[in-house]
Amino acid sequence: MNVEGKLAVSSSPHIRSKNSIQDTMLDVILALMPAAFAGVYFFGARAMSVMVISVASCVIFEFLWQKLTKRKVTIKDLSAVVTGMLLAYSLPASIPYWMVVVGAFVAIIVAKQFFGGIGQNFMNPALCGRAFMLASFPVAMTAFPGNQMNIFQTDVVTTATPLSGESLYTPNAFHFFLGFGKSGCIGEICIVALLLGGAYLLFRKVISWRIPVSFIISVFLMTAFFGGGGLNAFEALFSGGVMLGAIFMATDYTTSPVTFWGQIIMGAGCGVLTCVIRFWGGYPEGVTYAILLMNALSPLIDKITVPWKFGEVRAR
Amino acid sequence: MKTATFRHGIHPGDHKDYTSARTIQKLGESEIMIFPLSQHIGAPCEALVSVGDRVYVGTKIGDCGAFVSAPIHSSVSGEVIKIEQRRTVNGTLANCVVVKNDFKNAAEPSINVPKDYEKCTPEEICALVREAGIVGMGGATFPTHVKLTVPKDKKIDCLIINGAECEPYLTSDHRVMLETPEQVVLGLKIAMRATGADKGYIAVETNKADAIKLLSSLVENEENIAVRPLKVKYPQGSEKHLIYAITHREVPSGGLPSDVGAVVLNIDTTTAIARKFLYGTPLIRRIVTLGGDAVKNPENYYVKIGTPISWIIEQNGGFAAEPRKVLAGGPMMGIPLFDLDVPVVKGTGAVLAFTSDVLCLQEQEDNCIRCGKCVSACPMNLLPLYINDYYRINNVSMCEKYNAADCIECGSCSFVCPSKRHLVQTIRLAKQEVISQKRERTRLQEAAK
Repeated sequence: MNVEGKLAVSSSPHIRSKNSIQDTMLDVILALMPAAFAGVYFFGARAMSVMVISVASCVIFEFLWQKLTKRKVTIKDLSAVVTGMLLAYSLPASIPYWMVVVGAFVAIIVAKQFFGGIGQNFMNPALCGRAFMLASFPVAMTAFPGNQMNIFQTDVVTTATPLSGESLYTPNAFHFFLGFGKSGCIGEICIVALLLGGAYLLFRKVISWRIPVSFIISVFLMTAFFGGGGLNAFEALFSGGVMLGAIFMATDYTTSPVTFWGQIIMGAGCGVLTCVIRFWGGYPEGVTYAILLMNALSPLIDKITVPWKFGEVRAR
Repeated sequence: MKTATFRHGIHPGDHKDYTSARTIQKLGESEIMIFPLSQHIGAPCEALVSVGDRVYVGTKIGDCGAFVSAPIHSSVSGEVIKIEQRRTVNGTLANCVVVKNDFKNAAEPSINVPKDYEKCTPEEICALVREAGIVGMGGATFPTHVKLTVPKDKKIDCLIINGAECEPYLTSDHRVMLETPEQVVLGLKIAMRATGADKGYIAVETNKADAIKLLSSLVENEENIAVRPLKVKYPQGSEKHLIYAITHREVPSGGLPSDVGAVVLNIDTTTAIARKFLYGTPLIRRIVTLGGDAVKNPENYYVKIGTPISWIIEQNGGFAAEPRKVLAGGPMMGIPLFDLDVPVVKGTGAVLAFTSDVLCLQEQEDNCIRCGKCVSACPMNLLPLYINDYYRINNVSMCEKYNAADCIECGSCSFVCPSKRHLVQTIRLAKQEVISQKRERTRLQEAAK
């Protein structure tokens, strides 16, 4: 049979799953959608334009960098879109547009491309961009747009509680859950929307429960013990960036551990650091720096949590 | 249905519908039959015949004195026309006996039906199994009599028949279970007697519900034999993972199934044992699934060992479309062929021909995004992404630390990788490097003594 030169010979496996980076990113984008709608609902059209500018500048920066450095253009994998959305989600709706562009530059060029592009960055690009903006434009980053019942500033949970009774309208945990009665960044406002997205990611097996659950539990426990008891603990979960961070930021593949226990440690570490910064640090915001710190530790965490191989138990 | 399984693994989609309902077809015979003298793991055989000799169906044409080896038999009657180096399925050259078929199918006169297995001692059974040239027909081709010979310091309590057939497209074992279930049960009983195992299991994935039902009804009155449904998952048929699924025992790293008191036999291997005791015939045939999208009529064929693969495809009517890859075995672990004139050997359970629609031929890798899919796929609980990284910077000692040598090369990591990285491919190289460096170290240590 004459097949000479026509048959490919390569190492098995000969079939592969159809799953690609693009599919994964598309799932994340879908999961982020409910929070985008909520953001527009609570903060109006300006939230929309912040998101559009953020996504557009992230994609354009990635494209330009890859063209300039003559690398393969990878904007089709949609990871820059995800970064853009996450960056916008962690900004107040009133932020000046040019600052958004600066944040996108830091996220894509400095945090991601300087280290080799997708998969090579050691810190979450969106959070890096946000951290840079927080340090450079502290006023604009903490001035939240007018909210009818603006009791909360970011996540200073300890300064006011629903039990203080000073306001005519005292929001409770349920209102926080839906997004009413508090202010904050575009994407973190509506907990229901974030949980919906998280459920979708879990269902599609894009993320595992390990990081979000250990993150949330540790924030809850830390607040219950050091931040004023059980009721506060619930509100701590529903205010600030805890949910957004736990579901979408700390679970970023590239900057989190890959092992089972590594992911538990990652989540718990993020939660503990968040509360340490909230209660004893100078910043009202804890989530960003907590995740960034744990990002840097991820390779080390992987190293100390290498799982036991199959057949090792008996050999020892 | 309660199903047994192991941790991790993947779901590649079984694609078995094409042939799972096709009864086994007896294929005619090719005029030229090629018998490689090494169709097993272990010492290759020496030719026992010379050019011009007459051979019959079942004539022993190759054997060797080594324990880990198995004789080769002619599957047709005719004349030996050549003994020469030829290409075999795995791409290497091996000494082959070439027989010109006379189509008379005259049986070897010395073949006789052995005595009842219940009157045989375990040693006699092992000797007969060796004499029949039986090897593991799931693909590994380890001589079966070696598995059945229990070392003095060990005890086997559990014999498992592997009917998982977890590779996509493959249906030959499924058909064997449906069409000759009594041979499966008989083979199991013989193997249990040889090893002294007091419990026998036939483990079948639940996508073969008809086979589970049929076998269950056959062993209904057998006290110590049970049919165990397995979860449909790849690589469920891996020996170590099958033992884990059934007994929850982990074969220690670097150890053998007998270390945990288990022996695993493939379905077709088991029926080959049964046929030796029923009819006295050695291993001269096997069931081959011919499939894939480049094949005209997917079928399960009864093929005589030694039949050239190209001849089988011609009998099937040639290719439906130009194939990009032809595999001996399944799409996850099969061997790609570049020469189709190689013969079917004892370990060839399938011939699959695929066009590029099904295959993944993408050579370009994307960056690893550390999604961890390979980690949750690896049945050996390794970290494929790190072994891949370390091997690429030539850090073999870190590959060893990350247990590259334990890889079973199932390919699950590469299958799930969204970046299409060459994970199992590099780990395979890392494994060889680790093993050879380890060997070198022990050699030096011994020299120093």
